[in-house]
Formats: sequence, C-alpha cells, structure tokens
Amino acid sequence: MSQEAPLSLRDPWVVRSIAVVAAIFVASVILGFMVFPLVQPNAQASSLWDAICSAAGIVRAPTSEKPIEPQFTVSPAVLTSDMLHGADAESIGRGATLAHQCAICHGPTGVSRADSPNLAGQYATVIYKELKDFQTGARVNAVMSPFALGLSEQDMVDLASYYAYLPRLPAYHPGAPLPLPRIVINGAPLRGIAPCGACHGALDNKVGSPWLEGQSAVYVKSQLEAFASNDRRNDISEQMRNIARRMTPQEIEEAAQYYASQPSPDVRSEAH
Amino acid sequence: MLNSRRLILAHLWLAFGVFGVAIVLGAWQMLIRSPLRAWISDPEWYYRSLTAHGTIMGYVFPTLVAMGFGYAITESSLGQPLIGRRWAWVGFALVLVGAVTAIAPVSLGRATVLYTFYPPLIGSPFYYIGVVLVVVGSWIWVALMAINLRAWKKANPGLPVPLAMFANVAGSYLWAWTAVGAALELLFQLIPVALGLSSTINAGLARVLFSWTLHAIVYFWLIPTYIAYYTILPRAIGGKIYSDLMMRLAFITFLVVAMPIGIHHVFGDPQVGAGFKFVHSTFTALVAIPTLITVFTICASVEIAGRLRGGRGLFGWLAALPWNNPIMLASAFSFVMLGFGGAGGLINMSYQLDATIHNTQWVTGHFHLIYGGAIVIMYFAIAYDLWPHLTGRALTDLRLMRLQLWLWFVGMVVTTFPWHWVGILGMPRRMAYFDYGDPALASDALPVALSAIGGFILLASGILFLAVLVRGQRAPVVETEPYRFATAVHPPVAVPAALNGFGLWIALMVGLTITNYGYPIVQLALRPGGAVPAVYIGAQR
Repeated sequence: MSQEAPLSLRDPWVVRSIAVVAAIFVASVILGFMVFPLVQPNAQASSLWDAICSAAGIVRAPTSEKPIEPQFTVSPAVLTSDMLHGADAESIGRGATLAHQCAICHGPTGVSRADSPNLAGQYATVIYKELKDFQTGARVNAVMSPFALGLSEQDMVDLASYYAYLPRLPAYHPGAPLPLPRIVINGAPLRGIAPCGACHGALDNKVGSPWLEGQSAVYVKSQLEAFASNDRRNDISEQMRNIARRMTPQEIEEAAQYYASQPSPDVRSEAH
Repeated sequence: MLNSRRLILAHLWLAFGVFGVAIVLGAWQMLIRSPLRAWISDPEWYYRSLTAHGTIMGYVFPTLVAMGFGYAITESSLGQPLIGRRWAWVGFALVLVGAVTAIAPVSLGRATVLYTFYPPLIGSPFYYIGVVLVVVGSWIWVALMAINLRAWKKANPGLPVPLAMFANVAGSYLWAWTAVGAALELLFQLIPVALGLSSTINAGLARVLFSWTLHAIVYFWLIPTYIAYYTILPRAIGGKIYSDLMMRLAFITFLVVAMPIGIHHVFGDPQVGAGFKFVHSTFTALVAIPTLITVFTICASVEIAGRLRGGRGLFGWLAALPWNNPIMLASAFSFVMLGFGGAGGLINMSYQLDATIHNTQWVTGHFHLIYGGAIVIMYFAIAYDLWPHLTGRALTDLRLMRLQLWLWFVGMVVTTFPWHWVGILGMPRRMAYFDYGDPALASDALPVALSAIGGFILLASGILFLAVLVRGQRAPVVETEPYRFATAVHPPVAVPAALNGFGLWIALMVGLTITNYGYPIVQLALRPGGAVPAVYIGAQR
C-alpha cells in the first residue's frame, strides 16, 4: 500500500462508507435501545434513560423492596475444585484424633456398619460442606447436629482432610455388583433428571458430590426421600431436591441398591 | 507459477487427512445417538468424539485449506514466488504440533469440553495450548499474505490487485481479527484456570468473547469457497467473471460486517443486554448484501458461460452448461445448499424467531448444511482443480469425482434436513442420549434415523474423495499449463484506491467491533460477582 496515496477524508469512498455504516449503527441503536424497549406491550421501562440502561444490560434491582428471605437456613459453603487440596500431615493427624468421636457410627476405619455413610476416602470438600451445614443448621440431624455444633473451622478442615486421606476400603455391605440401572447411567431426560452417575460416580464425579459406591442402600434411599419431601435442603441450587422430587420410588430403590452393591472406585480400578 | 508445490500439498494433505479422521467420528456419533443402535451407555465417549470432531473440523481442517489455497493464490495470481516460504513451513509445523497437542488430551478424556470450550468446564491446558498453536500458525500465514501483497504492489504500482489475491488477503485479515476474541478468552481466562492459577472463571464474559470469533470464523471458512465461485468456476466452464467491482465489494463487505455480529450466538444469554442483541441482529442481516451480490454475480457469470457455449433463450443457457465438469456440479450443489442454509439462517439471526430453535438440533443442522455442505463441497472442487497443478499428474476419474460430489450433496441433504425438522420439534442439541421409546420423543426417531443414514452417505463420499486424490498422486506425469484464475468480462484498468487496499475496511471492522462489543465486554469484565467455580474435567476421578 506504500505506493498509493493514503486514504483521506476527501475520498468519496471513505466518506460514504463511514457515513453508511454509522447511519446503520445509529438507526439500530435508536431502535434497539430506545424505541423497542418503550413501545413493546409488556415494556417495563419507566423512562427513556431506564430503557437505555435496561437495553445495555445494566443490572438493576427490580424493586426497592428487600428480597424475601427463605424461612430456613441456607448453606453458606462455597465449593471450588481446588479447595482443601494438599492437606498437611499435621492437619490429618489432628483430624484422626477428632475422628475418635465419629467412629462409633462411621466406623473406626471410616467404613460404617450402622447404615451411616462410609467416610473413608470421601472427597474432603464433601465432608467439610456437610459438617459446615450441620453446624449452621442448613442440614439437621438429631445425631449429627450436636456433634457439629462444637467444631471450629479448623476442626472441620482437619476432619475432612483425615477422612479424605483414609484408603477407600470395600464397604461392609456389598454382595455381587448389580447391573447399571437406567436412572444411574441415563437419568430421565424428559423429566429433567441427569444421570446419577454423571456426578456421583459410574460416569463422572463433580465437585461437591460424594462418590456413592458402597454406601448403605438404606442411607441413600432415606436421603433421596428427604430431598424429595423437602426435609433436607442443603443441596446447592436445589439440584438434588429437583431431581429427587421427580424420581419414582422404584428409581430411588434401584439407584440406592446399585450404589450399595458397588465396590469403592479404587478397589474397582485395581480389579481391572 | 506454482513454485511452492510441496508446501501447498503438505497443507492440503494434512487438511484432508484430518478431515478423514473427523468424518469417521461424525458418522459414528450420528449412529450411536440414533434409534438405529442400542445406546452405548457412556456419554463420555460421545462427547469425547464430539470434541475431537469439532476441533478438527472447526479449527484444523478449514485453516489448513485456507492456508494452502492462500499460498497457491499468492504464487499463481501474483506471478511471483512466495516470499517467506520458510516461515510458511514454520506456520505449518505450528498447526501440526498444535493439532496433535490439542487432540491428545481429548483422546485421553482430559478435555471433553466440546470445541466451543463451554466454560466453566475446564479441560487439560494442553488442549487450549494446542488450539492457540494452531491459531498462531495461521497468523504467520496472515502476515505472509500481507507481505507478499505489499511486495507485489511495490513492483506493480497503481495496478489493480488480482481478484483472487484481493479476496484471499481480505479473508486473512478477517481471520486475524476474528481470532482475537477466542485468543483473549484462551490466554486470559481458560489457560490460567486450566493451569490452576485460578479456580473461578467469568463464564459470561468468556461466552461473549467466544462469540466474537464464533460467527466470523464461518466467513473465514467461507472465503476459499467464495474465491472458488468467482475465480475458478467461470474459468473452469469457459466463461468470465461478470463484474470485477462486484467481487471486490462482496469481499470488503464481508470484512466489515462479518465480525461485529457474533452476539446472535448468545441471544439466550442473560448477561448481554437486549439492545446489543438487537444491534448485532441488524448487522447480521447485512451479511445478506455480500451473499446476494455473490449469488447475482455468479449466476450472471455462469449465464455468460452458458451463452458463450451456444445456449439460447430464457433457460437454454442452463442446458448448455458443462454439467459433466465436477467444478460446475460442485458449484451448483454448493449454491443449492447455501440457499437452504441461508434461508434457515434468517431464523437464527432474528432475535425473536431464534427463540423457537435456540440450542436445538436446528442449529446443528444449519451449520452442517452451510459449512459441511456449501463450503466443504467447494473445498473438494478446489482440490480437484488444483491437484494436477500440484502433482503434475492428471485427475482422470471424472465419473468417480461426480459420484463423490453427488453423494456429498445427497448425504448432506439427507443428514441436515431431518436435523432441522427435529430441531423445530424441540430436540435439544449437545445431548448424547435420547429415549426414543418415550411417546414425547417417538416422532423424532424416524428423522434421526434418516439423518444417521445421511451421515454414512457422507462418510462414503469422504472416502471416495480421498481415494480420488490418492489415485491422482499415482497417475502418470503430464504437462500442465500454468494455473490461472478467471478474469472479468471487463478487466479493470484502474480501481479506486479504496477497493485496491484494505485500510478503510479494516478501520471500519475494528471500529464496529468497538461499538458493538466494547461496552458488553468492559461491563462484564468489570462487574463484580461474574466469576463462577471452574468444573475441571476428570478432576475428582
């Protein structure tokens, strides 16, 4: 382009092109930001400025009234995938000492014989979140809530680190592994149910979701029923309540029996 | 003159080689989510295949075709040896290394994020780094196109830039600026999170940045096809380009309006204001201008050829056209698919109508019809046209070539038309499993089965295409004439400076990017509370 005269504002191509593009832009802005937000039958804009702000995507409080607070405690735990990684030996050791009080129900090796959840090798984020929720009252259980009440933040981190550190033993209950039921592998898309296995193991595991292999069928079933009846509501964004409400009793039974019959993920991968 | 034959052949062979892999994956995906086969029960394999298919077909294949064809255009239309051939090989190596780096983690199940990334899903950093290497390799090509044009202009002051090169450089500049959106997303958002430097990501901002790339990338894919319409088709059928000016106008219009329109891909996203959605919708409509200019000019050019061949009357020239010529056949098929695809696109670009088909199989049908159909069939035509000049061996399997093009056309129609239909019925896209036994989905079963059959027709056509090229590589050596492009009926003596360079159009393209994207991007980047926890692929296994 070095040999050509540089484009100047005296070149009609330059002036006209810019004018045409600018005209189209201005016209579309007038229509999109001013006219349409005001003339639509269900328009909510109260003034021209209001319409422009709304069309620009500025977040505004819809009303001046305060949002309605839920009548129950909402879980304050925020989980990210890098939380509680790389726990030091001291934390695990402290957790082991604290865990003496848990052993009566959750087993001395973190594997329960009492239809309480197995904790050995469970994700640290999961244990931390449940302790936190029991402490704040987002989750309520006659046995667990008093235990959690006295724990400090560090205690909960230590307990989570300890149980995550324990080896995943084959659970107490399993018989022969059952075949995959549809609800675990496919979910029920038409009812908006994702496969159980997409978060809880069998297909994939997601942050904040416990792996369920080898858990007591009684426990899994009771929790699904508690989610369905709204008795338990510490799930993030109501994910589990929405799913459990739409599951049939048969699907709940199948999912619980399937997971209870599976060896823990580590044992399974060694067997392969 | 084609001096860099090895370079161009390397690009095209790699392009069509990876295309061969990706098309097998595509056909397999069509089959396993159709009612023709029992569900494989593990969606991971489906999504892994989908990610590889999209990454190859979206990033690697068309980029290599544009690069290889671009080098061929540079040498043959400018009549000068390629400047910077070593750099061109560096670019090629980067694309190759990038493609392998990206696909390896996908194959291992560490980057099942689909080719459009979908944060907060986060895959292996190698996947994103591989994609960046592909883009960097292609940017070397962009720089070489600019350098070569500049050298030619210096040696030929005041002469009109040959049409093929003009369009080719327009395409390269469009790509350079288009890729910036995804590059920003990759470098400042995805790669830091994938490397573990941060565990949260502003997904809304990432989606808007990706939309910057996502629409115009289609026009980058389209540019070689349009170059072939204008500069290969008329020559191949013994005609001339109807108008030099129209062709220049079409490409500079693409440069200006192809890019600042991508927000129509996020019509369903709440983080973008409705006003900006409307502005982008308006500018998307303007893409009709270069498209209709092209439809008119190419039909006129073809009519000239038909009449030169003795065609008479209102439609007699159509019968006089050389329908045995694969280039003619491919272009006609391409136009039909472009017509249907473009008509479907009118629904996608309209803010209100889009709501009826947003995120349904309609969209997948649409972009397969436009890209896989109208665009890729012309990549075949380009290869058929260019191959003898690259290998020095004639392609003599005209029947096989016609059969291949017919299969591609029929396969694409059989695949995408039912795909559009089930989209209207509400079948969502990006899902691995459908329970066709449910009464609510039973009506999807037949169209989806048809669509899967179409996928296998396409696979057969793809295999035939590769077979034609391989056989061409083994044919006896012949004398080939210099490769040349079609010329206009009235070749220009002088063109306005504005239409012989890109300064004004690049300024308008960047200016429109700022007006159409500036505020949404800055607002999303600065607004607190936009970050959400990243979901790492395979993080907890």
